[in-house]
Amino acid sequence: MLGSMPKKSSSPLPERFRRWFDSRGWQPRRHQLDLLAKAKAGLSALLVAPTGAGKTLAGFLPSLVELAERDSPPRGRKRVLHTLYISPLKALAVDIARNLETPVREMELPIRIETRTGDTPAHKRARQIEHPPDILLTTPEQLALLLAHRDARELFKNLRRVVLDELHSLVTSKRGDLLSLGLARLYALAPELTAVGLSATVREPDDLRRYLVAKPSVERNLADLVVVAGSAEPDIRMLELDEPLPLSGHTAAASMPAIYDLIAKHKTTLVFVNTRLQAEYTFQALWDLNEDGLAIALHHGSLDVSQRRRVEEAMVAGKLRAVVCTATLDLGIDWGDVDLVVNVGAPKGASRIMQRIGRSNHRMDEPSKAYLVPANRFEILECRAALDAVHEAAQDTPDARIGALDVLCQHILGMACAEPFRLEELYEEVRAAAPYADLSWEDFEASVAFVATGGYALRAYERFAKIVKGKDGLWRVRDARIAQQYRLNVGTIVESTMIKVRLGRTSRARPGSVLPRGKVLGEIEEYFAETMTPGDTFLFAGEVLRFEGFHEDEVLATRASGSDPKIPSYAGGKFPLSTFLAARVREILADPFEWDRLPPQLADYLLAQRRRSIVPGPRDLLVETFPRGGRYYMTCFPFEGRLAHQTLGMLLTRRLERARQKPLGFVANDYGLAIWGMNDIAAKQARDPGFIDTLFAEDMLGDDLEDWLAESSLMKRTFRQCAVIAGMIERRFPGQEKTGRQVTISTDLVYDVLRKHEPDHVLLRAARADAATGLLDVKRLGMMLKRIRGRIIHKPLDRVSPLSVSVMLEIGRERIQGEGADDILAEAEAALLDEALA
Amino acid sequence: MTALLKMKQTTSEIALSGLAAVLDLSGALFLADENVLLVADLHFEKGSSFARRGMMLPPYDTRETLKALRQAVSRFSPRAVIALGDSFHDVGGPDRLGEEERATLAAVQAGRDWIWVTGNHDHTLPANIGGEVVETMTLGPLTLRHEPEEGTQSEVAGHLHPVGKVVMRGRSTRRRCFLTDGTRCIMPALGAYAGGLNACDAAFEPLFPNSFTAHLIGSERIFAIARGMLCGD
Repeated sequence: MLGSMPKKSSSPLPERFRRWFDSRGWQPRRHQLDLLAKAKAGLSALLVAPTGAGKTLAGFLPSLVELAERDSPPRGRKRVLHTLYISPLKALAVDIARNLETPVREMELPIRIETRTGDTPAHKRARQIEHPPDILLTTPEQLALLLAHRDARELFKNLRRVVLDELHSLVTSKRGDLLSLGLARLYALAPELTAVGLSATVREPDDLRRYLVAKPSVERNLADLVVVAGSAEPDIRMLELDEPLPLSGHTAAASMPAIYDLIAKHKTTLVFVNTRLQAEYTFQALWDLNEDGLAIALHHGSLDVSQRRRVEEAMVAGKLRAVVCTATLDLGIDWGDVDLVVNVGAPKGASRIMQRIGRSNHRMDEPSKAYLVPANRFEILECRAALDAVHEAAQDTPDARIGALDVLCQHILGMACAEPFRLEELYEEVRAAAPYADLSWEDFEASVAFVATGGYALRAYERFAKIVKGKDGLWRVRDARIAQQYRLNVGTIVESTMIKVRLGRTSRARPGSVLPRGKVLGEIEEYFAETMTPGDTFLFAGEVLRFEGFHEDEVLATRASGSDPKIPSYAGGKFPLSTFLAARVREILADPFEWDRLPPQLADYLLAQRRRSIVPGPRDLLVETFPRGGRYYMTCFPFEGRLAHQTLGMLLTRRLERARQKPLGFVANDYGLAIWGMNDIAAKQARDPGFIDTLFAEDMLGDDLEDWLAESSLMKRTFRQCAVIAGMIERRFPGQEKTGRQVTISTDLVYDVLRKHEPDHVLLRAARADAATGLLDVKRLGMMLKRIRGRIIHKPLDRVSPLSVSVMLEIGRERIQGEGADDILAEAEAALLDEALA
Repeated sequence: MTALLKMKQTTSEIALSGLAAVLDLSGALFLADENVLLVADLHFEKGSSFARRGMMLPPYDTRETLKALRQAVSRFSPRAVIALGDSFHDVGGPDRLGEEERATLAAVQAGRDWIWVTGNHDHTLPANIGGEVVETMTLGPLTLRHEPEEGTQSEVAGHLHPVGKVVMRGRSTRRRCFLTDGTRCIMPALGAYAGGLNACDAAFEPLFPNSFTAHLIGSERIFAIARGMLCGD
């Protein structure tokens, strides 16, 4: 009888869940119930919510309810994997598992939850496949490994739900490509699977909704959308000082006392910086001021794991007053009571800064409180633009990716390890993954050919093929050794090769030489080590060290006597200024009415620029030329980020060389670049009025770019990453660790040979696609060259302008750019001759 | 001096234990008095050696190396060519040579003596590869072997694949090089996939107790660089 049914059945939450919410004094939130309803209807969904909205519980609630309501747990029969959770960070998976244990324990739910990461012991991993838990929390790489397992079909066939956490951050990289392919395979294995994505606010939620439904030939190809409205408008402002900021530099030294005061006035502060180096500097500067002995900690990716874990635990326990941290903390570990976020240096992107601000005040109904701290005068402009963007809630998350071919190659081998496949079927499955929706059959075939034999026109390796097509038309992996090789090389993170820093001792027998006799201090990124030459000093783990060189696979360093580290390549940040913020900065710069909203020191500076030279319009490119110290300088201000400017600088230098203008070097920062040389470009322009326009013409992205790519170390590094991901080169051999340095050497040679013989090889195409957006940012440079066509304003000056000073100051601080060639050798040889003739 | 620097030279002449030695841009060394060309560490079929283990490097390394070898041979037309070991990346290498490469090698060998010094990668070579196989040999005052030996003088060897790195005004370049002190010479590896060991590495120290000059192979000529101008990696 309907009337006698208990009222509570109208609630989607079962009794014990409601009791549990009550016991905590909680109400289930709207979006939590929404997600429950979507799951019950068999729909996938994207949950977009600010930090602190109870996203994680919302993501898991449908699984917990379903698992709690299933028939009594099968006795003697093994469990089946019900829910898979994927997180970009190992630590996050472990943290979430811990948080889930609480409701499961308190409601006495018969649910087993386990994590699986690179740290999980082999016997446990094997057991997890044999006897899976109900809920498994893991990472994209571990998912790839599971899917390549011979028992993958059995393991996943009953999977009901996959939860993708921090999806906005995952989809922007090759890891996102790898995960999308894994998701497509999961849908193929588990017919009843639905997905839920948890994300911060993004510019194009439809991109993520499409990503979640990696299922071929379904009518609804977008997941449903559940949006939690943002909290109260954040209380965010710029930290203004009375004294003027320097024109360049990224340390924000002058602001440290003010930051320290803010920390003292708040309960817990997160101090975000852009790079590890800035983190080291800021941490040291704050401790120099720390007369009250406040508990201030440091957290960045290259610190020892146990040290990071201690900081995280102290933070959760509320024992810290402040943590200086980098992007490693951008992602959602629950930090308890942070009541202030301080962002030191340029914000770089509107969405990035909003996600960081969201770390403060985890209760949604209270406004987050944050300060932006510009480190130099230009960063004031960038902070201003970011503040405007935050108030308008404007987002500038990147466009959806086009799936990388090197990642596809890795996936194809993994799928062959799992079970034999038919080419056409795998093609359909792969194209269900959003990043690969437009993958052509030709590219797919080329990728399969690469996996099999390298895919070369010269078919020399047929007998060594890694995957082979049988008489039944199915492709299989050749032997167990190839599968083993796949397992050791899975993943898309290549750059994180860390290199140990060992303290050296000066040799008594041979003064001047340093012996590797001291202790290991920690690890730094290899790419950072590669930028240093012996004698450079740098900050590490709170000490000033002198770089002595490499010894085997370690960095050898000694304690430096001075306290003023040189820190070469002190780049403003790993992330270039977003196109969106760059455009805003140009607009503020171009509009004198806007200057009223800027601190007087910057407005005065811009007025001086207008008097002495020109303040360019928002779409113009200002090129200034002036003599200084016996050399001739050319500066320009595209505001397209350091990477695009570096590429521009390389190409302009080549073109100036060809025009016999004798360029000597250049420096670039996020806003512009300066090139100097022996010839006066203003005089050249006077004789030949089209010269500067021709110099900046778009055709530099043709042959000049090709020529440069042939020898560019950045391009070679990009190629190396593709070669490792695609499986051309191993990360390591079983039983024989191969350091990244050794891999570099051989892939450079391979790059030269491949480029000569098969310029259109799939791996070179993959590397070129990466160059368009990665280290070389060619795509953005192309957009800029188009924008400024016919809008270049050349201003010849007799001395440096205020605007140009800012980039000129990078000289000496930034490493001078240029790819070494014969001219360097000639100079070094001349030194020998001078010595001989002296 | 300026004139000297501007002069375009694709080879560079040095004295080696009293003999005139011409250093070639390819990485080969020509002993004019003996009319003999020396090459080291060709590492033929390194690509296919990796392919056997599942790493499909572009299969064009042997023909690239042969091309450099052929050019050097036609430049000097020596009466004999001596390959100083590790000519093949592994003992199976000769069997894996492609038809085209095998023919090119035979053409380069034709009309002259050919001597394979064995190395650690190719301690044995099949008869059908042509030429003579030796472990070590002497040529005038010089001992020729694969692995340099401490304490000996007047030696030409390979094995170590020396490269020199130079940093000037923040720019750097890293090139294969010959290392010599006037009596001993360590040759660069000629193989397209042969990596390099930095000349500043400790392995070179005992071989050159009185330091050395590095002859770096640039893109158009060879540059003599003092030990003190070289940087570690």
